[in-house]
Amino acid sequence: MDLLKRIFRPKPAKPPVDGVKTAPLSPSAIRQGPGPRLDHHVVVGMAQSVGMERTHNEDSLFVMHGSSAGLESLPEFGLFIVADGMGGHRSGEVASSISVRSVARRLNQDSLLHLFDLEVEDDTLPLLDLMRHALEEANQAVVTRVPGGGTTLTAVLMLGHQVTIGHVGDSRAYLIDNATAKPITRDHSLVKRLEELGQLKPEEAEVHPQRNVLYRAIGQGANLEVDVFTQPVPRDAFLLLCSDGLWGVVPDLSIQKIVTSAKNPQEACEELVKAANAAGGPDNITAVLVFFPPE
Amino acid sequence: MRRTTRTLANKPGETDQMGMLQPGVTLQDRYLVLGILGAGGMSSVYKGRDLHFPNVTKLVAVKEMINMAADPTMYEMVVRNFEREADLLATLSHPAIPRIYDYFTHESSSYLVMEFIEGRDLEAMLREADDFFPEDKVISWAVELCDTLTYLHGHQPQPVIFRDMKPSNIMIDHHAHIRLIDFGIARVFQPGQKGTMIGTEGYSPPEQYRGEASPPGDIYALGATLHHLLTRRDPRAEPPFSFSERPVRELNPKVSPEIEAVINGALAYDPKDRYPSAEAMKSALLAAAKQTGILISPAASASLQLRNEVQEIWSFECEDELRSTPIVHNGIMYIGCYDNNLYALDAKKGSFLWKYATEGGIPTRPAAQDDIVFVASEDHHLHAVTADKGKLVWTYRAEGPIRSSPVVYEGYIFFGCDDGHLHVVSMQTGRRAWRAEATAPIRTAPLVADERVYFGSESGDFYCIDFKGEIKWRFRAKRAITSSPILVEGMIYFGSMDWTLYALEAEGGWQVWRFRMGRPTISSPAYSEGRIITGCADGIIYAIDARNNRELWRYQTEHQVTGSPIIHEDSVFCGSVDGSMYCLDLRSGRKRWMFRTGGPITGTPVVVDNTLYFGSNDHHIYALLT
Repeated sequence: MDLLKRIFRPKPAKPPVDGVKTAPLSPSAIRQGPGPRLDHHVVVGMAQSVGMERTHNEDSLFVMHGSSAGLESLPEFGLFIVADGMGGHRSGEVASSISVRSVARRLNQDSLLHLFDLEVEDDTLPLLDLMRHALEEANQAVVTRVPGGGTTLTAVLMLGHQVTIGHVGDSRAYLIDNATAKPITRDHSLVKRLEELGQLKPEEAEVHPQRNVLYRAIGQGANLEVDVFTQPVPRDAFLLLCSDGLWGVVPDLSIQKIVTSAKNPQEACEELVKAANAAGGPDNITAVLVFFPPE
Repeated sequence: MRRTTRTLANKPGETDQMGMLQPGVTLQDRYLVLGILGAGGMSSVYKGRDLHFPNVTKLVAVKEMINMAADPTMYEMVVRNFEREADLLATLSHPAIPRIYDYFTHESSSYLVMEFIEGRDLEAMLREADDFFPEDKVISWAVELCDTLTYLHGHQPQPVIFRDMKPSNIMIDHHAHIRLIDFGIARVFQPGQKGTMIGTEGYSPPEQYRGEASPPGDIYALGATLHHLLTRRDPRAEPPFSFSERPVRELNPKVSPEIEAVINGALAYDPKDRYPSAEAMKSALLAAAKQTGILISPAASASLQLRNEVQEIWSFECEDELRSTPIVHNGIMYIGCYDNNLYALDAKKGSFLWKYATEGGIPTRPAAQDDIVFVASEDHHLHAVTADKGKLVWTYRAEGPIRSSPVVYEGYIFFGCDDGHLHVVSMQTGRRAWRAEATAPIRTAPLVADERVYFGSESGDFYCIDFKGEIKWRFRAKRAITSSPILVEGMIYFGSMDWTLYALEAEGGWQVWRFRMGRPTISSPAYSEGRIITGCADGIIYAIDARNNRELWRYQTEHQVTGSPIIHEDSVFCGSVDGSMYCLDLRSGRKRWMFRTGGPITGTPVVVDNTLYFGSNDHHIYALLT
């Protein structure tokens, strides 16, 4: 029956040739793939790979994201962390994972959990101080529990219209839009410092044999100087957190292209990891990508 | 990497979770591990006992280094390099250098067996000390370190570079002499590592990162170590090569300038600019040490500039103090005065146009829209008068004195009052549209944006309400909030009498950061280029990084700063109770000029058409050329 129907059904009318829009679509229209609608909420993707040359994964990532709707709905919130451990034996992987856990625990306990309070508590610490304390606490945990181990750590706490960022080491947070991919964290690496002092050109830094040497990392002594800062959430743009296994081998421009041409943040992260592995995958690769909708 | 996992662990119980050797393990059937002395990066140091001496306890230090090379050829190369270095160390003979007894390689690790030194390392001593080390003690250590470096650098056939001078590698033994404990042998185990790794930075010279190791590098590291010992400021917590940004005597004024100069000489960025040898550095140290006593340099007396360095366009005298802030609207300057009048002057010439008398002092800034000017007075009224003639249009009566500057927003006037209400009045009719209740007087100018009103109150509460008067969020400071808020990129900034400047997220009221000052503040902040500028009763004009609450600069005036700063192009303008109007460079905080008046300046200036207008408690209104 169906078959007959199909055979004898009149062919659908072709759209008139005239009037068909063939003009190029705007970049944002192209990005609107068949994926989830990205209009109102933050969308997160993540991916990780041990890489092509290593047997251990010393990177850790953490993603937590809350949205709600209704009367008196909570603001959108999230916590995103990437850490890249280092050190002999197994201390690298332990250092990165306990640091991530320690930071997530502190920020949840002292900040995010308060979102669910019905009464506003007056005496809470500023987010910047909280972030600093959380990283210092992670440092203490690594110093006492993983001697000889260390880790980078980049954490982003999103609360309402503001993100608070804590950062140590050379994992990076990028702000990515249709035009650029711009790192917003400062690498605590020697070559970066030499670059800042005008002793190295950026192209020299990229191939410098000691480009992996850090001057600041979690787990390297009792006194840790942490970079913490705050900024408004980007609009119609992405925030990428990644370890140097990604940014060290995939150029910023390619990262930007992959992120903005992917159907959704998850696919973008998978593509980023693929690109890093295609470029040799010398190190562990971790990417967390957060899309912030237009206002 | 296969070899990062210990293969020694074939006997269960020999290593712990981290792969460290456990006490009781014996290496080479000779060295009994007693405990761990330290671990860092790719190596660990154990305290051990040499079992070849069964009748006495001969202690040794066993340094274990993990061979990370995955490739067998690389692995062999690392072992060969290790053995060459160990052979070299074994030939050294100096009282400050521990003797090497033995070395061997087993599975994925190589071991170096050394003299065990009783004592404390300088890093531990720094950590435990409550105060600075005495300068003479540091000098005597430094002299011994120079002697040791002289020995190493003069070694034949080729100099030995220590490479890793830092407090944790310097022991003070039981005879109070220094011992260098960790030669940079571990670097053999870090060839071309992939992935992230840590250097023991902070002390290392710049050229070391280009792969150069030379005697001047050790001199730099010694300078860095001395800097740390004398200042207690750990260079590993600072960006590399930033010693010049924190001079020794700035952190520890007890150190003599001569010693500071020697340390600076060792820390020169370019190796050519450092002491040519450890011997030369030692001579400089001894020469400096002869000059005992701490010299106090006479504080450079700041030359007072009494003359006004800026051109006055005009000034105008009123009958009482001007504590508030002017506005300029369609070529006319309006300002309220404590003689109860609102004055209207020609902004260009300073000539009097009209005045409008209220029944009380005017501590607020007027507002203007089209052809009407609004002024709030301590007489409990908001007055609407015509902009051109000062004729009364309407008045609105509140329940108390009004010390909150009115704000015009979409046909309504918003202002707070000492009656504890935020009033919203129709611009056209002067009738109340609605009001919201706070628990204390509201003296801040409300901030109206995106259907929200933000204001502080004298109880220390800060409110965010919507246009129905419903509270969206509330934040509590510890004291009154008289400073008016500003909103920049989703963040609210204001000061409080609790000595703090607050930064809150505008949507939910979360405190993102706070900045502590030396006194209460009622000054309203200003924003430009990522900087928050505010004044404080401690007399200081502060510039704070909006991203991370770091102080960028400060400028000390001679009395309280209760007025508010404004920013015009790259200049900050702010008055002080010391009677001066200051113009500071926005980026550096350096003074461009100051203008003295005959009384405190407590209001905020305004800039229109390159002219700066402000009132002073000397009863004058001034117009200056910016």
